[in-house]
Amino acid sequence: MASGFSRAQVEAVAALANLELNDAEIELFARQLGDILEYATQVQGIDTTGVPPTASVVTRHSADRVDAVAASLDRADALANAPDASGQAGLFKVPRVIG
Amino acid sequence: MTVVGTIKDIRDDVRSGSRKATDICGQVFDQIRAYDATLHAFNTVVEERALAQAAAVDRHPQRATLPLAGVPVALKDNLCTRGVRTTASSKILEQFVPPFDATVVRHLEAAGAVIVGKTNCDEFAMGSSTENSAFGVTRNPWALNRIPGGSSGGSAVAVAAGMAPLALGSDTGGSIRQPAAHCGIVGLKPTYGRVSRYGLLAFASSLDQIGPLTRTVEDAAIALSVIAGVDAADATSAPEQVPDYPAQLNGNTRPLTIGVPRALVDQGVDREVSAAFTAALEQLRDSGAKLVDVTLAYASAAIPVYYLVATAEASSNLARYDGVRYGYRAAAAARSAQSGQTMHDDLRAMYGRTRAEGFGAEVKRRIMLGTYVLSAGYYDAYYLKAQQVRTLIRRDYERAFEHADVVAMPTSPTPAFKLGERMSDPLQMYLGDVFTVSANLAGLPAISVPCGLTAANLPIGLQLTGRMFDEATLLSAAHAYERRTEWWKRHPTL
Repeated sequence: MASGFSRAQVEAVAALANLELNDAEIELFARQLGDILEYATQVQGIDTTGVPPTASVVTRHSADRVDAVAASLDRADALANAPDASGQAGLFKVPRVIG
Repeated sequence: MTVVGTIKDIRDDVRSGSRKATDICGQVFDQIRAYDATLHAFNTVVEERALAQAAAVDRHPQRATLPLAGVPVALKDNLCTRGVRTTASSKILEQFVPPFDATVVRHLEAAGAVIVGKTNCDEFAMGSSTENSAFGVTRNPWALNRIPGGSSGGSAVAVAAGMAPLALGSDTGGSIRQPAAHCGIVGLKPTYGRVSRYGLLAFASSLDQIGPLTRTVEDAAIALSVIAGVDAADATSAPEQVPDYPAQLNGNTRPLTIGVPRALVDQGVDREVSAAFTAALEQLRDSGAKLVDVTLAYASAAIPVYYLVATAEASSNLARYDGVRYGYRAAAAARSAQSGQTMHDDLRAMYGRTRAEGFGAEVKRRIMLGTYVLSAGYYDAYYLKAQQVRTLIRRDYERAFEHADVVAMPTSPTPAFKLGERMSDPLQMYLGDVFTVSANLAGLPAISVPCGLTAANLPIGLQLTGRMFDEATLLSAAHAYERRTEWWKRHPTL
């Protein structure tokens, strides 16, 4: 995968990740991600026939909590860190999406 | 260098009334004022808040009997503190003031601790040198031209330089143990689930764990007893009982068996680190421990497995930083009328530009790698495969623990490297995590204790790894080693 990681591939992944990249970053990441993935291909040589995947090491879950109404974060506190919000309406604001 | 002493010294002195919490707090801030302009351990200090907390300990006799009465604590800047800026050393959270405390912060304050500030780290804990911070590098107090390790570099430096006897860090692939090793102090990563992650800004949720950085193993045991335990706010926190760790430090009467993965530690390790490790094994043997060879056959695959799993989880966790609910938002870009773009494209552009301007290079690199390995067509070859090898790594340890109580390795294959040395080569940076990442993949507790100094006076760490939820044995083994050595008494000359 080393030199095979193209600019187009980098741009496609960046779009999936909602990440705007400049030309220099596209070039740099094409090279570096290629190097890292080439190194990572060594896992593909390991025989894992019949081996289950580990997504989490948790074996014993703590008890489920009671599904009851309880106090949650105050609305003003929840909005306080937003770059754009309406405290009065209790809304986060984003750039207009409907004409 | 003025040092306020260990957690145990402070706690005992405050309890007996021989020292005041406010005086200790004042000394700590004197130390920060004297050295932090050079070292940059802290992103934020909260002196007034700290003095008020210390005064409350002095004023109320019942607070002076608490387990961390008057103990100054530095918190890694990815642990949420209500009303105190929490940045994860990222521009995207530069102005973020959490509306809640992390569970560990509540535990510390309930135990009488005094929060002194928030420490610098690699952005979102992604790195091994603390160079990936939006707010500048942190310097190693043993050699100012060298990295302190990372990602909890500021926490390690705060403890090593006497700015706090206790710091909390987070460890996803070695981020507590490696900086502890490079700064000549103790760093403990507890079992996954031992400590609640509620309020820790998530990097890789199946690997992240919060733990203490201290001067002594006993102090680590005291701190763990305070922060450990099940938490309704973290479904992965473990219901297992929390033992009285300090009381069990000397409770181990039978000789311990220490497993050494020879094939792994005999290659690629710096000569001086290797010599210190060999000497540490001899001292463990002299203390009555039995050494046995163990095989961690898949450990050499731990780094690729780690970087596939961790980046996949990171790409998902960091999707939340989009300039809407909190954090930085990029200014709107002008849409060209003839491009055919819609208003919806404006929103997408806001997300993309916010993240472009808000994240640093290493975070972008990991988001890209993680997004790629999770994407259609590559999932089975990378992510699923990595999770299967993760199972093999866990089984390696299970077999090792059939013969051994703890497994010993160096914490890092080299001493602290020079600032800038590995910044242009991320893969080289990743390879330094060879001995630490497998404990996270397997969920095991592991500790780094000082075990030597190089000829150039750079600290070296010994790592011990224990069974799931058996921190008691792990800590008693580390304590027994530490008590036979003088390394933990050494301080950097500032």
